[in-house]
Amino acid sequence: MAYPKTYRYTKDHEWIDVKGDVATIGITDHAQHELGDVVFVELPKPGAKIEAGKSFGTVESVKAVSEIYAPASGEVTEANGDLHNTPEKINSDPHGAAWLIKVRLANAAAVSSLMDAAAYEAYIAEKGKETSA
Amino acid sequence: MEPTTTSHTSALRKTALNALHRSLGAKMVNFGGWDMPVEYPSSGGLIAEHKAVRGSVGAFDVSHMGDIRIRSGAKPGGALAAVQHISMNDASKLAIGQAHYSAMLYPEGTFVDDVIVHRLGEDDFLLVINAGTREKDINWVRENTKGFDCVVEELSDAYTQLAIQGPRAIDVVQRLTDVDLSGIKNYWFTHGTVCGLKNTLVARTGYTGEDGFEIYVPSDVATSEKVWKQAMEAGREFGIVPCGLGCRNTLRLESKMALYGHEISDKINVWEAGLERYCKMEKGEFVGRGALEKAKAAGLTRTLVGIEMVDRGIARDEYCCCNEAGEKIGVVTSGSPSPTLGKNIALAYVPPAYSTVGTALYVEIRAQKCKAQVVPTPFYKRAKKAAAPRVS
Repeated sequence: MAYPKTYRYTKDHEWIDVKGDVATIGITDHAQHELGDVVFVELPKPGAKIEAGKSFGTVESVKAVSEIYAPASGEVTEANGDLHNTPEKINSDPHGAAWLIKVRLANAAAVSSLMDAAAYEAYIAEKGKETSA
Repeated sequence: MEPTTTSHTSALRKTALNALHRSLGAKMVNFGGWDMPVEYPSSGGLIAEHKAVRGSVGAFDVSHMGDIRIRSGAKPGGALAAVQHISMNDASKLAIGQAHYSAMLYPEGTFVDDVIVHRLGEDDFLLVINAGTREKDINWVRENTKGFDCVVEELSDAYTQLAIQGPRAIDVVQRLTDVDLSGIKNYWFTHGTVCGLKNTLVARTGYTGEDGFEIYVPSDVATSEKVWKQAMEAGREFGIVPCGLGCRNTLRLESKMALYGHEISDKINVWEAGLERYCKMEKGEFVGRGALEKAKAAGLTRTLVGIEMVDRGIARDEYCCCNEAGEKIGVVTSGSPSPTLGKNIALAYVPPAYSTVGTALYVEIRAQKCKAQVVPTPFYKRAKKAAAPRVS
């Protein structure tokens, strides 16, 4: 699956798509692949504050619980309610319909320090080499 | 999110099928010091693998399991006496060609490990043990059989062990062997030619709650890969898929089969684990028996129950269980979504007062008390049905 060129990415495998001072956040295709079948998602409610690098929710597969870390700080404006009943969308469309939250950013400029698509792809390719070593 | 798969594998042990699993794109994890497939995206992942086993057939590499052979010394009877001493079930009741579930216990009545005991001959037994406890088990067996006229041999690395599991497993394995599998009852085994390999052990055993077979073949890579590929070929029309340890866990949990380090351990005794059916106190002395007698007289302080989540949330291993008043009363030993039932299920130790079906419990999930209730176990039991039409 292609990594959208306009998104930025974290080492913890979240993506962030900034439009003005509002950003959409989700987990990457690599992350959903590592997790396996996603069966449960827990997200913050609108109004909640999230802080860059801190956990803001969890995604659970059959076998494991994974924390999701905020790529940037801000206030949640919307959580993707569709995932409540269809968490498996995270496996099929992680970069699109299965976005997790929308956030009003505290500092939109800070996002530019995150990896772009090319850097993220290089990052996971490097990790893949370690795995198969 | 954090990475979950194995990144550094050099220190991990590998089965003969390791390269094959990696070539299939399996996700590999460290399981008790072994580099093992947890799921295969090419099979559709854990849930698809689970459903394949419940609905048709799946194949597992379980070569990490350990094998200990105990044979009599110069005179007959030594092996049986030794097995009777170290295993809580009654091996004298086993016919040649029969196997049973049992456990080896510490003097405290707690678990060294659980084990499948196979009677290969009058004076010849094969114990199949867990991977993560291999060294501990073999040392314990050697130590505790010293006074007996028997020969203990570790064969763990001699076998590749494949488990072909599911309602169509019999159709698949029948294509690989000249043995008439319909003549092998559950928990019996025989030796026959499998994939051209003479004198191969074929047992109607498994850890999934379905019908199925476990096959023990020589552990060289060429033989192991050949047998795996032939099983896949034979199973193609039944939709056979490679299955990892992920669905092995959800399958055994639905069937309430114990997992060492979870439901059973050196801290938990036989009565607490609810395994009295496999513990034959009347057979005479065995290691742990004295402590079990005392424990029985003292009564239970905790017991293993099945629970189902009522609130949204998944109970996981080691999560706390509370009562209505919010007091911590117990702990989850295994918890997962159940792919067959579509519910979130778990096994937990709680005081007997909370073990009645229907009792409300609360599982602490990320600092929130989520409601659950005690339900009957096993969570899933396969239907007893007339023999399925055989495909020849």
